[in-house]
Formats: sequence, structure tokens, C-alpha cells
Amino acid sequence: MGLAWKRPLIATGLLLSLGLAPPVMAETPPDMLVVGGRIDDIITLDPAEVFEFNGAEVSANIYDRIMMYEPENLTELVGGVVESWEISDDGKTITFTMRPDLTFHSGNPVRPDDAVYSLKRVVKLNKTPSFIVTQFGWTEDNVDELIEVVDENRFRITITEDFSPGLVLNALSATIGSVVDEQVVEANAVDGDMGYDWLKNHSAGSGAFELVTWNANETVVMESNPDYRHGAPAMQRVVIRHVPEPAAQRLLLENGDIDIARTLTPDQIAGLAGNDDIVVTDHPKATLYYVAANVAVEELSDPRVWEAMKYLIDYDGMEETFLQGQFVQHQSFWPKGTWASADAMPYTLDVEKAKALLAEAGYPEGFELQIDSLNTAPFMDMAQSVQSTLAQGGIRTEIIPQDGSALWPKYRARRHQLILARWGPDYLDPHSNADSFASNPDNSEEAGLTGVLAWRNAWADDEITEMTAAARSELDLERRKEIYEELQLLHQVRSPFAIMFQQNEQVASRSNVEGFVSGPVFDLVYYRNVTK
Amino acid sequence: MANAAAELPGTPKGVPAEAADSLAFRLWRRLRAVGGVLLSLALTFLGLTFVTFIIGRVMPLDPVLAIVGDRAPQHVYDAVYQQLGLDQPIWVQYLRYLGGILSGDLGTSVQTSRPVLDDLMRFFPATIELATLATLVGVVLGVPMGVLAAVHQGRLIDHCVRLVGLIGYSMPVFWLGMVALLVFYAKLGWVPGPGRLAVFYEGMVPAVTGLLLVDSLLAGNMTVFWNAVDHLILPVSILGTFALAYIARMTRSFMLDQLRQEYILTARVKGLSERAVIWRHAFGNVLVQLITIIGLTYASLLEGSVLTETVFAWPGIGQYITNALFNSDMNAVLGGTIVVGTCFVGINMLSDALYRVVDPRAR
Repeated sequence: MGLAWKRPLIATGLLLSLGLAPPVMAETPPDMLVVGGRIDDIITLDPAEVFEFNGAEVSANIYDRIMMYEPENLTELVGGVVESWEISDDGKTITFTMRPDLTFHSGNPVRPDDAVYSLKRVVKLNKTPSFIVTQFGWTEDNVDELIEVVDENRFRITITEDFSPGLVLNALSATIGSVVDEQVVEANAVDGDMGYDWLKNHSAGSGAFELVTWNANETVVMESNPDYRHGAPAMQRVVIRHVPEPAAQRLLLENGDIDIARTLTPDQIAGLAGNDDIVVTDHPKATLYYVAANVAVEELSDPRVWEAMKYLIDYDGMEETFLQGQFVQHQSFWPKGTWASADAMPYTLDVEKAKALLAEAGYPEGFELQIDSLNTAPFMDMAQSVQSTLAQGGIRTEIIPQDGSALWPKYRARRHQLILARWGPDYLDPHSNADSFASNPDNSEEAGLTGVLAWRNAWADDEITEMTAAARSELDLERRKEIYEELQLLHQVRSPFAIMFQQNEQVASRSNVEGFVSGPVFDLVYYRNVTK
Repeated sequence: MANAAAELPGTPKGVPAEAADSLAFRLWRRLRAVGGVLLSLALTFLGLTFVTFIIGRVMPLDPVLAIVGDRAPQHVYDAVYQQLGLDQPIWVQYLRYLGGILSGDLGTSVQTSRPVLDDLMRFFPATIELATLATLVGVVLGVPMGVLAAVHQGRLIDHCVRLVGLIGYSMPVFWLGMVALLVFYAKLGWVPGPGRLAVFYEGMVPAVTGLLLVDSLLAGNMTVFWNAVDHLILPVSILGTFALAYIARMTRSFMLDQLRQEYILTARVKGLSERAVIWRHAFGNVLVQLITIIGLTYASLLEGSVLTETVFAWPGIGQYITNALFNSDMNAVLGGTIVVGTCFVGINMLSDALYRVVDPRAR
């Protein structure tokens, strides 16, 4: 019996002795930046295919693009690997001159051939983000003639569709404008795949950092490029760790095991107040959260119902309560703080006005519908708020929470009724959002414009579609800006989209960390100016 | 009757005992048993892959969108749809998948862009390390606790063990993990935070087995070894608590059942020491049941504990399969299911073998 007593005690003692091992806390090294966040959305790091938030972030630090928004000034479009460009009189041809003496991580020079190869690669691989450049009229068949090397310093692109050169330049600042090292990529190509398999988890860029490893759902490790054109980054290594649980992220940050926490919830951000070791910074994003009505649904076919819906949302209430600084109100399709945005916000919660509109539309007693929503924060909180205020006007709704893998097929197939969703622009030109929120040149089922939000909601307005086309091809910058501002106000009133909020990313970092930049678009996140 | 009594178990009727006892006949019986096991294994895996495959196809999830994203133009979507062979009848898709498995190809994962087999080789060892140590904690502490509780039924020690069992069983692992992190990592600084290794040690030892403890020892890098041990303490303790609670509770129950038997009374009347009565007679008779319980506990831990892995940022198979499900990454889901299924089958077979070792009647 005595031994029976002792056995568990000995075992417990052994376990505790492990637990009482010397403290194992460690600050991150001074030349290493450790970032905590969720990186399980990364499925590739090939710039011709990357379209996920974290993949695009990593890519932004590895590749210099043809055109860029640099971290020093996120509102000015400048040349990336090019130092200048000339636009032909008809606006259809742009000739770029390369920056001299740029080199890739491999040591190879960055040549016009690399820029041409990179753009052709995007078109020929034809992955999802390729639409950003194929909209200019580039196809697999014509791209060899339309994108060409002029001489050892210059290359030329020609578009066949009517697009403003400003828009084209902006599009080339997206991830698909990244310039890859042709020689390295081709050396790793298999069966003519243009290095597609290899570039998924390797890098061949000229950016501030070089990819060391990407272990899916674990870490991304980047090493600084000592020959970077703006000088070697202060951080020798950047490690992005997958820490899915925000509470664990907060503990790691407070203990100094990570330098930056990217995905803390509002209550955790609030809990950091008073901690002098932690600084919370705001980074306005261009991501919009909206409710949309599928106008093919009988009850949602009347524009007066759409307007009533916009008056049945408690914008102030949500902003002041559970959104807690992570979202600001915005009601037009192009986010505030960017060129040509319209900041008018005509809608507030007005139940009486909404009831009158519903009565006019023939629904004095309201009706019943479903709201599809993602099942994550803050969507569920937003959905419950919208459900509650819609009910005040007589629209009784059932929330259908679901994962993106179930929601997006439904949305693309126009099988929803009301939907709560988000949208971020693909590049910093208003056409990126206008093309999706406003333009719908063919509303038929057969058209299958599944990537277009207006089509998904079965809504088409010819005047608005024509204005979108006019704005995209307008050569005069001021006039173009005016059209977009007008277009946003018109869309705000006439569309079945109730745009509610614009995201404001709150990043918590150790107080000694400076220089982290998270721009408005998901592929404008920079680590190269970070110091500790 | 005499003829029937001479037949050996499993011998076809009418076969005389001498023939049945011959070497050839014994070999035939052994082969038949092995064949039966193999057939049962093949059917199990066939059923497993079939059911998982069908569930993956009938769920309202779109594997194409997981690859191309929700903004993809229709022509990009259609191209990938065809590449994945989704335009083929479902039975053709299933047969192709089976063909792939038989040639060692589990397909490529959408979420990692790597062959599923490579992913499993990377994520599963992290879970094995965690599950094995947690099971060890559960067995080493849980079995003696259960025996003690049974022997001292209704007394203080019994109440304590039952309380521990209740806590271990009823506390949400997510909450327990967070509290443990808050206390032992954030406040006391006794253990490191979430993760399998401190970031500065990552990549320092070559992956041979994928088990960090083993790989660091093979590389002779004790710094990495101790760092890996430090990182294991908290998640192992949390998972071990659950294993312990279950094993202790079941051990107590089995022991109580045995201690009420008449042979125990007889043993005591014979004057055997209490130690011999409990450990040799009573405990000896619960071993078969305990092996089943421990095997099932280990197998369920090998499935991966999603919540523990999430809280401790542990790159194990639980998170891998869960992420795969959310991303409609059916190759990864199927690959993970096959691994988990293999574990269950393997552990069941091992348990069967152990029954024969501990219980002569099962031989």
C-alpha cells in the first residue's frame, strides 16, 4: 500500500520538476521582427496567383512591382522597378524606363525582359488575379505583341481596350505587377509551367526581403536584402507566426515573445490600455462591409425596399458599441482617404421613414427573409444588429451563419436573399470597386459575371454602368475624379447595396517597434522601415 | 461427441484432430487469419475513403472556390473545375482517387500547395509527440489514482480522485488552456508561450522523424531539445489531465467491480497480502479492459485536439484537418482521415495483441 501511495506522488513530482525548470522567457532579438497573426489563408506565394490577404502581404515585401505605393507615402503612385514612363497621345501605349543597377536576390540584374516576362506570365498562367490586367485586352494570343522589350533599358505595353492610363498604372501596382527574376524562374520551370509549382513556396524577387521558408499554418520567414535599392532593412529577419487564437497572441505580445500582434479583437485591444510596453496604432483600410439585397427575390425587387433597408441599419449604434474603433462609418463604394472618394453619409437609423417606404412598396406589414453571413467576428455581431433593426421596420429575418466555403458559392450562384459581406479593392483605383459594385453590362444568368457584386445581386442600372465605363476611359484626371464622385452618390441612392463601414486595422506592437506600415489595400503592408 | 471434442477450434467439420494438428494445417489456419485481417483492413479503408469522399462531395462546399477565391471570373473557375476532374461522374472521381492512394499519391493540398503526404509527415509528428506524452501522463498518474480510489472507496482519497476526474472531464479544454497560459506563462514565466519551439531555434535541427525531441537528440542539439521540452509541458499537461481523468475514472470503476468478486474474498481469506490481492489479482483482471480504454484514449488524442492545438498554436493534424475542412481542401481531409483511421485500426490491433499477452484465455 505504501508504494501505491508513493507512485503517483513520484510521477507528479517528476512532472512538476519539468514545470519548475528555469524560466524560459525570451525577448525577441534586436534585429529580428516577430509578428503574430493568422496566416492560414496563404495558399501560394506566386505573385501571379496570390490573392489572399497574408500571401499578398508577404509578396509586397519580397517583390518590387512595376509601379508602387511606397511606405514613405502611401498616397503617391511612383515607379517601382521603373524610374519613369511615357504615355502615348492616345493613352494606349506606355513606355517604361527601368531604374539602373537594380539586382534581384539572386544577383541577376533587373532587366526590361524580366518585367515583360512577369506580365506575360500573369496573362498566360491565367490565375484569378489575372483579370486585373486581362481587362486591358491582353490575351494569351496577343500578349507577346502587346507587351515587348524596346531596348536594354525600356519596355512597352499597349492596351486594346479603353482605359485611362492612370488606371493602367494603378493596376500595375497590384501584386500581379511584381517583377520576377526570369532566369531563376525558368531554371526551375517544369514542363513549361513558367515556374508555377516552384514559385508557390520560393521567391525570385528584388524586394526588401527574400523568402526563407513558408511552413503553411506555422511560419513565414523572410531575410533582409542587403542590396535593396532603399538600403538594407534594419530587421535582419522577419518571422510571421501563425497564432490563431487572439488571446494567445495578446499574451505573447505582453511577454515580449512577439513584437507585433495583427489580429487582436476589440476587447483585447481595449484590455491593453494602460500597458506602457504596448502601443496600439490605427491603420485605415479600404475594406468595406455591406448588406446587399438580391433583387431577383420578389420582396426585394422594389427600390423603395432597398432604401427602407438602408434606413433600418443602426450605423451609429454598431460603431459605438461592439466595433470599438475597428470600423468607421462609410456609405459609398470607394473608401474614404483615397483619391476620388465621396464621403457623403445620408443614411441613419430612421424606422418611421423606412416603414413609410415599405408601405409605399406594398409591404405595410413587412415580410420574412434570410440574411446570409459569415460566421466569424464581426459579421455575427453586425448580422444580429441588422436583424434587430430590420425587425423594427417589419422585415423579419433569419440569420444563416456559415463559413466562406459555403457562403461564396451561394452568393456567386445568386441563391441568397440578403447578404452581409465585405469587399476590398484589388488596387488603388476607384475602377476596382466601381467595376464590381456599380457596373453590370449583362444581368442575364448566362452572362455568368460571378466576380461582379452587382451581377451577384441581379441588379443592373444602365446609366450607372455607362458612367463606370466613361470614368475608366477618361483621360483627363480631374474629369475622371468628378465622374467617380458623382457615380458614388448615384450608386449610394439607387443601388441595393447598403454600405455601412470601412475597416480600421488596429495593430498592437511593443513600444520599441516603429516604422510598421499597413496600407489601405491588403497588398500594401511593409516591414522594411521597421526598427526596434 | 468424441469426434467433435477432438476437433480444434476453427477446424472444418469432419477434419480429424491429427490432420488439424499438422504443420500444413496450422499454417493454413494462420494464413486464413492473416488473410481475414488483411481483408478486414482493406474493407475498412475502402469504406473510410468512400464515406469521406462522398461526404466531401455532397457538402455544400466548393473546392474550386478554395483555390481560385470568391472573386474569380467564371472562365478561371471553369478551368480549375475541369483540372480537378469535377466534371467527371463521382464514381470516376472516386476511382481516380483510389488509384492515386494505391500509388502513394494522396493528391496536393489546396491550403499548403504541397503534396498531402508531405503535409501529413510534417503535421502528424507534432500530434504524435503531444498525444504520446499526454497518454503517458494519463496512464502513469491515472491508473494508480483509479486503483487507490477504488481501494479506498468513499474515503477522502476517493473523493479527491473523483474530483480530479470531474474537473478534468468537465472543464472546457479551451478555457483550461488559456488559464494555464495566463498563470504559468504570462504571470509566473515558468513555461514558454504557444508554439512548438522558440522562433530563433526553428530550422536548427534537420527534420528526420518530425518529432522534435527525437530529431534534436539525433542532431545532438540539447538546447533545442530542452526548448522543445519546455514548449511541451503545458499542452501535454492540459491534454494529459483529460486522459488522466478518463483513465482514472474507468480504472476505479473496473477495480470496484473486481474487488466485489468472491475470488478477492477468497484470496484475502487465504491470507494473501493486500498488495498481492489488489495488484496481482484484482488489477490483473482489469488489464484487458484498461488496455482498451488506454488504446482508445491514445487513438482519440492522435486525431488531434483542435482546441488545444489552436490555443497553443501547435501545428498538429487536428488544426490541419479542421482548416482543410473550412477550405474545402478535400485531398487534405481525405489524407488526414486515412491517417486517423490507420491509427485507430493499428491501435486496435495492438490492443488485441496485448490482450493475448496479459490474458491467457485470449490466446
